[in-house]
Amino acid sequence: MTPPASQASDTLPSVRALGVDGVLVSFGQSLTEAANRAALAFRAAVETESLPGVMETSTSLTSVYLRLDLGQTDHARTRHALEDLLRSRDWYQASLPQGRKLWRIPAVFGTDLAPQLDEAASLAGLSPDDAVAALCAVPLRVQTIGFAPGQPYLGELPPDWDIPRQTGLTARVPEGALAVAIRQMVLFSVSTPTGWRHIGQTALRLFRPDQPDPFVLRPGDEVLFQPVTRAAFEAIRESDPQGGAVAERLG
Amino acid sequence: MGQIHLHRVGPGVTIQDLGRPGYLAQGLSRGGAADLLALAEGAALLGQDTQLAALEIAGSFLSVEVTEPTRIALTGAPMRATCDGAALTWQASHALPTGARLEMSASAGGYSYLHLGGGIAAERVLKARSAHLAAGIGQMLEAGDSLPLGADSGVRAGLTFTPQARFDGGALRLVETPQTALFPPDLRARFISTRFQKDTRGNRMGQRLIHQGAGFGLDAGLNILSEIIVPGDIQITGDGTPFVLLSECQTTGGYPRIGTVLPCDLPRLVQAPAGAELWFKFISLEDAVALESAEARRRAGLRGGLRPLIRDPHDIADLLAYQLVSGVTRGDELEREASC
Repeated sequence: MTPPASQASDTLPSVRALGVDGVLVSFGQSLTEAANRAALAFRAAVETESLPGVMETSTSLTSVYLRLDLGQTDHARTRHALEDLLRSRDWYQASLPQGRKLWRIPAVFGTDLAPQLDEAASLAGLSPDDAVAALCAVPLRVQTIGFAPGQPYLGELPPDWDIPRQTGLTARVPEGALAVAIRQMVLFSVSTPTGWRHIGQTALRLFRPDQPDPFVLRPGDEVLFQPVTRAAFEAIRESDPQGGAVAERLG
Repeated sequence: MGQIHLHRVGPGVTIQDLGRPGYLAQGLSRGGAADLLALAEGAALLGQDTQLAALEIAGSFLSVEVTEPTRIALTGAPMRATCDGAALTWQASHALPTGARLEMSASAGGYSYLHLGGGIAAERVLKARSAHLAAGIGQMLEAGDSLPLGADSGVRAGLTFTPQARFDGGALRLVETPQTALFPPDLRARFISTRFQKDTRGNRMGQRLIHQGAGFGLDAGLNILSEIIVPGDIQITGDGTPFVLLSECQTTGGYPRIGTVLPCDLPRLVQAPAGAELWFKFISLEDAVALESAEARRRAGLRGGLRPLIRDPHDIADLLAYQLVSGVTRGDELEREASC
């Protein structure tokens, strides 16, 4: 028998079960600045509210996930609490989370370390130099952390960077690789195969399981890449486990 | 404190426990034992906490010895196990003498577990001991490694039980995901009437399934925003192949998910041998919650299902050393008799 799949939600925000013990609160089916802000702010509010039986929360680009202990709460009770919280204010107008930081991160663009700069620039209709200038002109927001530990999705890039992922996979990009697609950049925290184009390389380790604070970036942080020469990059990589990254508090 | 020395170590032997809940927001999935039921069974056999770490053997082999008399339990996918050449029963606890060689080999696939009294006391990373290979935490163990053992508060060995049947494939129950409705009804109907087999391509991150006939991909061009992933999610990759995400899965992903396998059915998936048939069945969230709750109660009561391991007299080399008939027992014969 065909399962009576519930209708895809047309009304946002939506509250739906995810898995047996999870709930997903979605603010958008496509990435917008307002939906991303709403997700970040709503997650912060859920954490502050300390809803009973909520074991942990996280965000995707436009959604908030809650993992429940169904020994302490149930889906109906949690849904009601979340719907009350959703009604309490206009989340799409929310300001960004407290305690954010601006990170300045040196990166070498192009060269053999990041061989797809020219290809990506061409897809964006820019010269390689103009592409680097555009990508380093303004801070990019950490829209979410995900896929791998400490790994940020950064955006939103100008419209000419709405370039597709490549059809084939690059077999492996190194840790610290900076790759671009669909008006976003990913700064890879682990060495991995990817369909995103590898345009820059940093010496920053984003996940340090042996450190007291193993995760460098938080959702809502901003990142400004600073183009450096290959020689300068090698010097940083030799001397600084932080990859030359420096942070200042925002707001 | 006792140690375990690893002499011969096949690929895919790692330290595993319940994993690291609480780091999803930082992009780190929980990880932990591929078969959490086997972890609970080992804890029940040894009468100890399910939090304690064990060795997970992913379909390969392992040969070890201990530096102090140590209780062990063997759970998960059955392997051939011997202690100084004498056969040991799988799904049971035993007493392992100092210096005896414990050899485990030849499983039919799936994940096997060696539990030790007091657990593996390796250093914790982010509050847990389990290796999370995808995240770069811990590593596969190698010949020559030695691991510290925790203090064992228990004494009983020589117990066995009947494990939940999960070593031959079968039906896996699903709940809908927020994306299930993106799959047209005829495609969902075909999905649940299809018999799948485990592909050889599978690991702690996920298990690919294979089947005859057309794939289950959605129309090209349907763009889905990368969304939260939970273990058990069945993502349909670009070529229409189902891929069930497991303990070390990524935390977000852009492939559509047709359903989520119930956590209590994941052991049946990870323990199915290559070639075993698997198929899916959607159930309501309400029923899934009730089933998970019942399974949690059943796991909490596993100790009630233990029974003494009765040895076949033909297997006992030194029959006279055993008091087979005795009106008076000291109560610890089981432990002593179970020594190899």
